Amino acid sequence: MTAHTVGVAFDPTRTWRLHPQVAVRPEPFGALLYHFGTRKLSFLKNRTILAVVESLDEHPTVASALAAAGVGHDQEAPYLHALSVLVASNMLVRKETP
Amino acid sequence: MISIAPVPRLVEQFERGLDAPICLTWELTYACNLACVHCLSSSGKRDPRELSTAQCKAVIDELERMGVFYVNIGGGEPTIRPDFWELVDYATEHHVGVKFSTNGVRITPEVADRLAASDYVDVQISLDGATAEVNDAVRGSGSFAMAIRALENLANAGFADAKISVVVTRHNVGQLDDFKTLADHYGATLRITRLRPSGRGADVWDELHPTADQQVQLYDWLVAKGERVLTGDSFFHLAGLGAPGALAGLNMCGAGRVVCLIDPVGDVYACPFAIHDRFLAGNILSDSVNGFGGFDNVWKHSALFTELRQPQSAGACGSCGHYDACRGGCMAAKFFTGLPLDGPDPECVEGYGAPALAAVRDKPRPGADHSRGKPVMLTLQRPPAKPCNESPV
Repeated sequence: MTAHTVGVAFDPTRTWRLHPQVAVRPEPFGALLYHFGTRKLSFLKNRTILAVVESLDEHPTVASALAAAGVGHDQEAPYLHALSVLVASNMLVRKETP
Repeated sequence: MISIAPVPRLVEQFERGLDAPICLTWELTYACNLACVHCLSSSGKRDPRELSTAQCKAVIDELERMGVFYVNIGGGEPTIRPDFWELVDYATEHHVGVKFSTNGVRITPEVADRLAASDYVDVQISLDGATAEVNDAVRGSGSFAMAIRALENLANAGFADAKISVVVTRHNVGQLDDFKTLADHYGATLRITRLRPSGRGADVWDELHPTADQQVQLYDWLVAKGERVLTGDSFFHLAGLGAPGALAGLNMCGAGRVVCLIDPVGDVYACPFAIHDRFLAGNILSDSVNGFGGFDNVWKHSALFTELRQPQSAGACGSCGHYDACRGGCMAAKFFTGLPLDGPDPECVEGYGAPALAAVRDKPRPGADHSRGKPVMLTLQRPPAKPCNESPV
């Protein structure tokens, strides 16, 4: 169970979006993500990170998506970490290069 | 807002069940051209009540509505259903990915070309020996050649990353490196799973399941070389052999919580290894409301699945330091070897299953037998000697 590491660095000043081959299923604890390309499963461990992930492509930067979901500056770190993990496994891609 | 509340471990979340299975196994038919000695669904003859094409498509519609990401299609030999490819296409068109298990009988060059053109279909070729001698003793004469031909056809068609699916037995556990070599040769991924005493497997489990020493050998191999090997998380009963987390995967029993089985007539069981009335949750036809939503209804409301999602008693395992790692092991393995469900797994790494296996046991019979005549008879009495054992030069 290794993440597919691709050569894309997570730059929170850009706009990100879910990979078009990723399906999202909300669950009581958060959500399940499944990537039909890599056949990998991921977990979002609360509903806030789900809201962030689903709204990323509506925001010019990750910071504005976090703010819109109610995540304060002092609470950003775990969310940025979670998003970087999703980028490393190709669940999230840059909006302009799908 | 928002302090992040401590989140229970995913395993604990999953033990309470999900709104829909992550994936499920769907045996499309009990018909099979082979008669493997350890077949977990006792397959052979088609059940005349088998779901129709239209009924299968309705199941796929429902899986799509529920957000099931993919189905593991098996049997029997699913590809001998005349509507098999139609159903595969229907599933992928409806955003339900397909992984199907086959002995290779219908994987012709033409079929391989077709499969290579789809991004949403995975193929698992079953092979239970890295040599014809070991494989055919379990799966029947000619089955090794058939599987290899399928792998060749897939590789020649450019089908990327087929899976070679191996049930680990006493006779092939020494061939794990050979299986890996075989997989690498065909650009395939090795997938190894646990032998369960289910179906006809109940009749041969005592002779075929890996010995205690072999379990350790298997565990060590998985930790050392298992990174690129799939296991379906099926060896969680071995998790206590090493440090927590050394064995990749969720390592919990997902029965009725994150997985289940739909059988060819629409019966829903807790897992693919538990085809027995004790683990029958319902039926997608008889539990539907106005012909609609039968699977959803069973998944969300059946008494059995509700029970399996309650905290389970550790029972006799409660005082064992490994309980947190193995969670008492595999429910189906305990049930079909006649052991109590709230006690140790028959292959418990502490050896606590051994005295229970030695005692007089009342083994439940499998729910149904679809065998055609006699299955393959076990002929290998011990693992075959490697050539180098016989000829040291």
